[in-house]
Amino acid sequence: MNALGELGAPGRRAMGRKGDTPDSKAGFLFLLPWLCGLAFITVGPMLASLYLSFTDYNLLEAPNWVGLDNFKRMLGDGRLHNSLKVTFAYVLIGTPLQLALALAIAVLLNRGMRGLAFYRSIFYLPSLLGSSVAIAILWRQIFGTAGLVNQALSVLGVASPPGWIADPRTALGTIILLHVWTFGSPMIIFLAGLRQIPAEYYEAAAMDGAGKWQQFRRITLPLLTPIIFFNLVLQIIAAFQAFTQAFVVSNGTGGPSDATMFCTLYLYQRGFGLFDMGYASAMAWLLLAIVGILTAANFFFSRFWVFYDD
Amino acid sequence: MTDARAGFRIRSAGKHALLIAACILMIYPLLWMLVSSLRPTEVIFRSPGLWLRDITAENYVLGWNALTHPFSHYLLNSGVVVLGSILGNLLSCSMAAYAFARLRFRGRNFLFAIMLLTIMLPIHVVIVPQYILFSKFVWVNTFLPLVLPKFLATDAFFVFLMVQFIRGLPKELDEAARIDGCGHFRFFTRIVLPLMTPAIAATAIFTFIWTWNDFFSSLIYLTSPDNYTVPLALRSFLDSSSGSNWGAMFAMSILSLLPVFLAFLFGQKFLVKGISTTGIKG
Repeated sequence: MNALGELGAPGRRAMGRKGDTPDSKAGFLFLLPWLCGLAFITVGPMLASLYLSFTDYNLLEAPNWVGLDNFKRMLGDGRLHNSLKVTFAYVLIGTPLQLALALAIAVLLNRGMRGLAFYRSIFYLPSLLGSSVAIAILWRQIFGTAGLVNQALSVLGVASPPGWIADPRTALGTIILLHVWTFGSPMIIFLAGLRQIPAEYYEAAAMDGAGKWQQFRRITLPLLTPIIFFNLVLQIIAAFQAFTQAFVVSNGTGGPSDATMFCTLYLYQRGFGLFDMGYASAMAWLLLAIVGILTAANFFFSRFWVFYDD
Repeated sequence: MTDARAGFRIRSAGKHALLIAACILMIYPLLWMLVSSLRPTEVIFRSPGLWLRDITAENYVLGWNALTHPFSHYLLNSGVVVLGSILGNLLSCSMAAYAFARLRFRGRNFLFAIMLLTIMLPIHVVIVPQYILFSKFVWVNTFLPLVLPKFLATDAFFVFLMVQFIRGLPKELDEAARIDGCGHFRFFTRIVLPLMTPAIAATAIFTFIWTWNDFFSSLIYLTSPDNYTVPLALRSFLDSSSGSNWGAMFAMSILSLLPVFLAFLFGQKFLVKGISTTGIKG
């Protein structure tokens, strides 16, 4: 069972009341560090940020209760609305592209093919490096006005190539491309999933005269839907938190003209640039609400397309 | 039959050609950065190719000394944070995982569900109060806010990874240990830990790579150049006077990617196994 499967069926491992919980003391001791972390690093701060979202707080003076003011301000905050638009564009374009590519390559790399380990390594490597500042710096050069892409374009004879990261129309696209470039880790999960599909299914289908495309449509895709779903949920959540690449590529500004101003970047500027901690907390909860609703929607719609074999 | 075989060969060759082209496209930017780091800066903007005529180490010397401290200072800072994080994750996550996977206690299912939910919790929801908390302790601009949470198993992904692994160990082990009068602590340290080396390796390598690359928490908590980790040092290139010195920036970027690359090279087996078991039925 993967993490989502476990969440979907929490009661399955339910136990009786008494006599069946003999390890309570040991359990508590082994869980102690995690429980402390949950209380002081996760749940405590979550509740604190919920409280702060109803206050005006600049870190120096005591928090000042302002009721729903922060949320009202959010309604009229054009930069916030823009940052939501940018983030949604990034998530809703980047994630499906990334997953589609991951799936396509995983299907091409079928089991036992020659060079599988080599191909897998090459495709996987960028997803380990992709979140680093070094790669963001590289992207800044590659998609700079005089960068690698435009050098290549000028060799090909393109007269006036776009400015990529300098142009508000293309800047976000370059960061989406960087995201798609890191398709390796969902690809690994797809590969593991493909390996679980019994080879007899394909043999039987081939016997009945099904072509490669039909085998993909009728066997691979349905049996893989739980894993597509798993990747979709996790990648959407992760994409909402993207920060480093937009920050470095725009050198902290979210520019040009706020074209790469992700929610997280705006939150950082308000919270840690202007020390507007109350407003930043309110934004964090808005972000959590959006991620939560999207995830819930994902779970709701999964019943229409995710196919469970067992 | 021979026709079918020839058709298969052609298809197979076509597929390999496609995959190799995709590989080159994926890896080209990295190779180009490596080659460019060995070129004089003025040549970088004129050479989209990979052909190296005169190799120079000048960029590395320049980049190494371009910031407040020599680059070794930042490598060392990152090293300290990474080592602390690995130690913390291994200790705390393996303990929590053992409890979730093998011990029976009241409220386990509920806590386990909470643990899974925290994997998906965006860090931004907790970062502001965490920052306030750590600044009250006067821990801002120290490594403590980066390392201490790892000793409290806050990277729940690894708890889940290890739970998946421990569940796969045979139940007979527990019974044998119980008959021999072996307590939980000894069973955990003597039997479970040695058997879960693959999960431990995956956790250590992932922690290494993710902490080494981590920019957001460093940006928030580390304020003076004395304490900068490698990502912050690289980023300060963009602000400093050497911001246009792409050669030096590329050279230090390559240096910063090298440890991740080596971890990938030698630990790939564990990484692949690790993400596979968390993503599918274990």
